Amino acid sequence: MSAAPSAAQRRAWRSPLLAIAWPGAIGLLSGLLLLLVALPIAGLLFSASPRQLLAGLGDPLVVPALRLTIFTTTVTLLVILTCGTPLGWIIARKTRRGIGAGPTARLWRVLETIVELPVVLPPAVAGVALLLAFGRRGLLGPALGAAGIGLPFTCAAVVVAQTFVAAPFYLQAAVAAFRRLDPDMILVARTLGASPPRLLFTVAIPVSWPSLAGGAAMSWARALGEFGATLMFAGNMSGRTQTLPLAIYTALESDLRTAQSLSILLVVVAFALLVAIRAGARR
Amino acid sequence: MRRTTSVTTSVLPAVFVAVWVALSGLGPAIAAKPPSGELVVFEAASLKEAFATLASRFEKDHPGAHVVANTAGSQELRAQIEHGAVGDVFASADQRHMSALATEGLVVGPALFACNEPVVVVRSALGASLKTFADLPRAERIVVGAPEVPIGAYTLQIFQKAGASYGAGFAAQLQAKIVSHELNVRQVLAKVVLGEADAGIVYRSDAMAAKGKVAVVAIPAELNVTAAYPIAMLKAAPRPELARAFVDLVRSPAGAAVLREAGFVPCPGR
Amino acid sequence: MSALEIALQGTAGALSIDVTFRAAAAPLVIVGPNGAGKTQTLMMILGASRPRRGHVILDGTPLFDDERGLDLPVEQRRIGFLPQRYALFPHLDVLSNVGYGIAAASRQERLRLAREVLRDLDAESLAERRPAELSGGETQRVALARALASRPRALLLDEPLAALDVSIRRDMRRFLAERLRAWSLPTVVVTHDRADAEALDGDVVVLKGGAVVQRGRLAELAARPATAFVRQLVSGPGL
Repeated sequence: MSAAPSAAQRRAWRSPLLAIAWPGAIGLLSGLLLLLVALPIAGLLFSASPRQLLAGLGDPLVVPALRLTIFTTTVTLLVILTCGTPLGWIIARKTRRGIGAGPTARLWRVLETIVELPVVLPPAVAGVALLLAFGRRGLLGPALGAAGIGLPFTCAAVVVAQTFVAAPFYLQAAVAAFRRLDPDMILVARTLGASPPRLLFTVAIPVSWPSLAGGAAMSWARALGEFGATLMFAGNMSGRTQTLPLAIYTALESDLRTAQSLSILLVVVAFALLVAIRAGARR
Repeated sequence: MRRTTSVTTSVLPAVFVAVWVALSGLGPAIAAKPPSGELVVFEAASLKEAFATLASRFEKDHPGAHVVANTAGSQELRAQIEHGAVGDVFASADQRHMSALATEGLVVGPALFACNEPVVVVRSALGASLKTFADLPRAERIVVGAPEVPIGAYTLQIFQKAGASYGAGFAAQLQAKIVSHELNVRQVLAKVVLGEADAGIVYRSDAMAAKGKVAVVAIPAELNVTAAYPIAMLKAAPRPELARAFVDLVRSPAGAAVLREAGFVPCPGR
Repeated sequence: MSALEIALQGTAGALSIDVTFRAAAAPLVIVGPNGAGKTQTLMMILGASRPRRGHVILDGTPLFDDERGLDLPVEQRRIGFLPQRYALFPHLDVLSNVGYGIAAASRQERLRLAREVLRDLDAESLAERRPAELSGGETQRVALARALASRPRALLLDEPLAALDVSIRRDMRRFLAERLRAWSLPTVVVTHDRADAEALDGDVVVLKGGAVVQRGRLAELAARPATAFVRQLVSGPGL
């Protein structure tokens, strides 16, 4: 039996009004937010019969969109992991405490901000920006054209658009995770003769693995849902550039049930991905 | 140096918050009820400029009235209305979507007010090599509207007719060159203007709106379809008087003149 | 005769460091208050931070010499380091930790050599354990084994006993002093604790504000403290 509450503890609950009001307030506020999030998802999942949903899945839009989405987001994720991990590492190393506020550190801090910019960029803006960089008349347009590469309207353009919007999520997580590493541990590894690549692969990445996996999950989710930039930069062509979100939007204007089935499909895919990454992170 | 830092950290956030609050105060109200005297017009994308002119004339004729335009593909506007969006007038680029709404009892007394003619627009650099409709398969990238979009449906009809006239091979070639199905006609136009697409099918009025930035190729009369634009008042219009007045303006000779200047044509047999 | 010769001038944050000493057969002990620059000096010897002037010479080989523009990176200096909280690799087991710095033909060979080092430190039974499961004293021994296994030519220890429970400190102190003497590697030990300095029985360098205030054996310092500060330092229980 625990000891009787102290005078201070008794004072805190002296007002019975507070005893009711506080849990009530928490309940109301959190309940509102939970409802706001749960109701649309429930509407999505339960407002049509399973037969209608299955019928919606029979639309010819569905399978190409699903395959394209899985393919492009996987490629996007691989690109982001391969390029983002070393970049995150360099940024973390070049901007760490103790390295001072010299011009190099400042440059890397600026680069860090630039690479995290797409997070706050509206997708439509991202689409325009991508066109202005890689479109036929964009900055790199002539060079790409000379090399025989036309990006807009291709599957590659989908990957580019997804990478542009999703990379910052992973990068932020990677930089934060690498920054959190014990500097003594890094130093010891170096005294034991670890070269920079060995340091990254045998110490930094394994130790930071859970955070990196979380960043990868967020990044993948963002790529899955990418719509505006894809529509503008890659176009909307079933089988080539029409990802699930684009298919949903296109279907919405003709058949709500198809759109609903596609939406549930996307939710299932996203959920499966998240579970897979969480499981990988816990390893 | 230190003093500047503390000024920056204390004054700057305060200024930022003040500006933010001031700007948000100028925005529209968060609830659905718009102020009286505001007329909401759901208009097809191709009507943008013509209706902008008509809107200012309307505001001059009806002091205190303010026209708010909701411009999008007709299929999108129809979906919005079906899902309960609040508006006064709907002007569609085809009769299909308007009839659907009429059947559902969501619009009152639709009537045709203008017609439009699809044309091919070609990006300016290619203007010399793509001169006729028969040249169209030479384009590497063709952009059209999605089938649900009025211009997309018209395009499908045109391509079908082309297949009948020029042979299945021609139609197949065209199909193979399509790289995107845009969700309203202005997106099609934009891609051609930007130079990303070689050619696209839009309305003559759109080609006029982009005068100088694209080359225009007429579609042979035997292949072409006429786009008929109906306009109607929404059943649940919050300002039926104003809505009726606006529809009347659009259908009046003055309105027809504005539309004609924008590239629309009077409908045959009217 | 292997020796570590240090002459360093530089800045670490707001502190100006100016240190010279030589560590040879017996461990050199650096003592001083917090903020004296002890750890920063270790960082400069290791190559983790760059002094403005001076040299670091190990067994006659220069590792850092500003006059010649020489600055070997950390990975090539072959100086073992034991940080204050030991910093074992949490994702590897003890054996892999110890084997991390061993250059060997195969993984098997590396782990076999690692096991030998653990045996020398009476820690072989810990081989399969994970760092999170170890006690303070066990962690310290594993960290020592890891540093030694890479066959360094010098050893730096930063407050090696401070993270340990007071109750086991006496035994660990004796253990450490014995082993350091046996290995006869040039060793620098930073410490707060007078008992550590006594047990290690080597030259003592007193650091304050980044500069050497006095050096000599502990007995000399106690007998002839150069400043009131040194007297206070060597007379009290804690340094």
